[in-house]
Amino acid sequence: MTGQDTDMFSEHYNFAYLDEQTKRMIRRAILKAIAVPGYQVPFASREMPMPYGWGTGGVQVTAAVIGSDDVLKMIDQGSDDTTNAVALRGFFIKTTGVKATTKTSQATIIQTRHRIPEEPLTENQTLVYQVPIPEPLRKLEPRETETRKMHALEEYGLMHVKLYEDIAKYGEIATTYAYPVLVNDRYVMDPSPIPKFDNPKMHEMAALQLFGAGREKRIYAVPPYTKVESLDFQDYPFEIQRFEEPCALCGAENVYLDEVILDDKGGRMYVCSDSDYCEERREQGHLGHMAANPIAEPENSGPRA
Amino acid sequence: MYVAVKGGEKAIRNAHKLMERDRRGDRTVPELELKQIAEQLYLSVSRVMSEGSLYDLELAALAIKQARGDLIEAIFLLRAYRTTLPRFGYSEPIDTAAMLVRRRISATYKDLPGGQLLGPTYDYTHRLLDFKLAADGELPEPEKGAYDPDADIPRVTDLLNAEGMMEPDPETPQDAEIGDLTREPLAFPADRDVRLQNLARGDEGFLLALGYSTQRGFGGSHPFAGEIRHGEVEVEFFVEELGFAVPLGTMTVTECQMINQFKGSTVAPPQFTRGYGLAPGQSERKVMSMALVDRALRCRELGEEATAPAQDEEFVLSHSDNVQATGFVEHLKLPHYVDFQAELELVRRMNKDWHSKEANTAQAEEAAQ
Repeated sequence: MTGQDTDMFSEHYNFAYLDEQTKRMIRRAILKAIAVPGYQVPFASREMPMPYGWGTGGVQVTAAVIGSDDVLKMIDQGSDDTTNAVALRGFFIKTTGVKATTKTSQATIIQTRHRIPEEPLTENQTLVYQVPIPEPLRKLEPRETETRKMHALEEYGLMHVKLYEDIAKYGEIATTYAYPVLVNDRYVMDPSPIPKFDNPKMHEMAALQLFGAGREKRIYAVPPYTKVESLDFQDYPFEIQRFEEPCALCGAENVYLDEVILDDKGGRMYVCSDSDYCEERREQGHLGHMAANPIAEPENSGPRA
Repeated sequence: MYVAVKGGEKAIRNAHKLMERDRRGDRTVPELELKQIAEQLYLSVSRVMSEGSLYDLELAALAIKQARGDLIEAIFLLRAYRTTLPRFGYSEPIDTAAMLVRRRISATYKDLPGGQLLGPTYDYTHRLLDFKLAADGELPEPEKGAYDPDADIPRVTDLLNAEGMMEPDPETPQDAEIGDLTREPLAFPADRDVRLQNLARGDEGFLLALGYSTQRGFGGSHPFAGEIRHGEVEVEFFVEELGFAVPLGTMTVTECQMINQFKGSTVAPPQFTRGYGLAPGQSERKVMSMALVDRALRCRELGEEATAPAQDEEFVLSHSDNVQATGFVEHLKLPHYVDFQAELELVRRMNKDWHSKEANTAQAEEAAQ
């Protein structure tokens, strides 16, 4: 994106695309969401120039809170380079001209799909999640009229029965992502489809967490330092995924890994899903067992610009 | 690097360039002009204006051209544009009784005041491919008759209403606020104004299938096409400073009033009830489907039991919008490898457990023999 693009854009569209009235409407919804942690606030979601289901909720939340001094990081599946992250980052560079970064520590706003960065976030940061289905009870009860009632009455029996049935059937709770949490001892909330590995990071997080669901027209929030518990039972406590080997590139342990298939003979490697974290570790000299493997480093690679 | 999507930015740029090239197609073939689309693909333009919620032929034509004729993509383009437009206010309700009628038919009366006026229609054509059209397409001008601007063409429902056989139009209090889905999120239960707005923006194919289902017995509502009319109406805007309404221009619309048999309930006497459909441009299939679904959705108000999908307000209204639907269905193309990894790990483990249990059972059985 060039500066010229941004200039051309600002002639026809407002800063961050949305008009100020719309931003105000979204900010009001955000404030309400912060005041009632975990509660889904309906808002008049707009059509955005990217499809519903592709991050329009997160984009609207980011557009409502972003200012010209902000530094934006945009990730999808933990990586800054996934196609949709690239497209959404380009959108904000074009519509706001703000500085973008891939470094977690340098960002003031991080918009994410499906991951929370490995590096702990700080009070000066806001994490914006893209949410496909904001209703944690939706798969158990398809009707909005019913699920709203259940939240109002704090009636979460259905969810506990589901988790119990999982244990009875499979010997464990068979939910691996979008694992439901209880926020501030009141609302059961969908953490968006992050792996349950990331759930503990939400608890008492220093950063503000905002959730935007554009197609479903809902915004919710977890204010800084708020209690977020993953649902479980005393005798079947919540557990996160464990990987048997460290990252093949940077050697990191206790991080979430992607499985990469190397050939058609069962060869595979595990690498950090958080690409920025992985690169920083390698810059610091941490090397995994396949860091120098030519299979893992095809010719067309190169240092990132 | 290992991640296949590294260099995504360049790949995206190139993919879009390729798309542009394909959109243009063979450069020895003249490029489509917006006027050609607006004039010669008017029914496509109508659908895009209707579901895109923006009455603008030229922009709809542009959207169709840009989308290579994919109407849902064109609808999406138009919606994304309209949402950025400032809102000055709301027009006065249009008066379709005062329509400058191009087509008006009723299936309930052989003849009626104002007459049956076939107008431009594919009805009663033989669906034979017209190879003349492939050759040159030069057409003789149709004959022109005299036009009577004072012709009174009352609505069929008003005629029936005079007899007390038709439920009256619902009274709307002067200060009633009409819902607006583009400004407020949909909430349930939804009132009829919001339902109709949702249906007007709703996908033609979805409404067609739902309307069809009511005819086949899923929530039967015994419909008659009381009247379908198509033509131009004047749009007026009330200006506070002037204290009266000023005309903004005319728009072409299609309207359908379905008349439905109703045996009466505890809340309403036996009489005919209405289903209503209205859409910009010429969109007969759309407004007929819309009218069927509108009537089906009125079950709560009329004290009917809701048993069929078309009567299920939350089901219908939550899934009618094709911009929402296409986005969410197609988002499955986005990478999901983080979630997939989580599932893979679980399924691998459960799969291993299952096989070891099987093996144990087999061993135990062998030992027992």
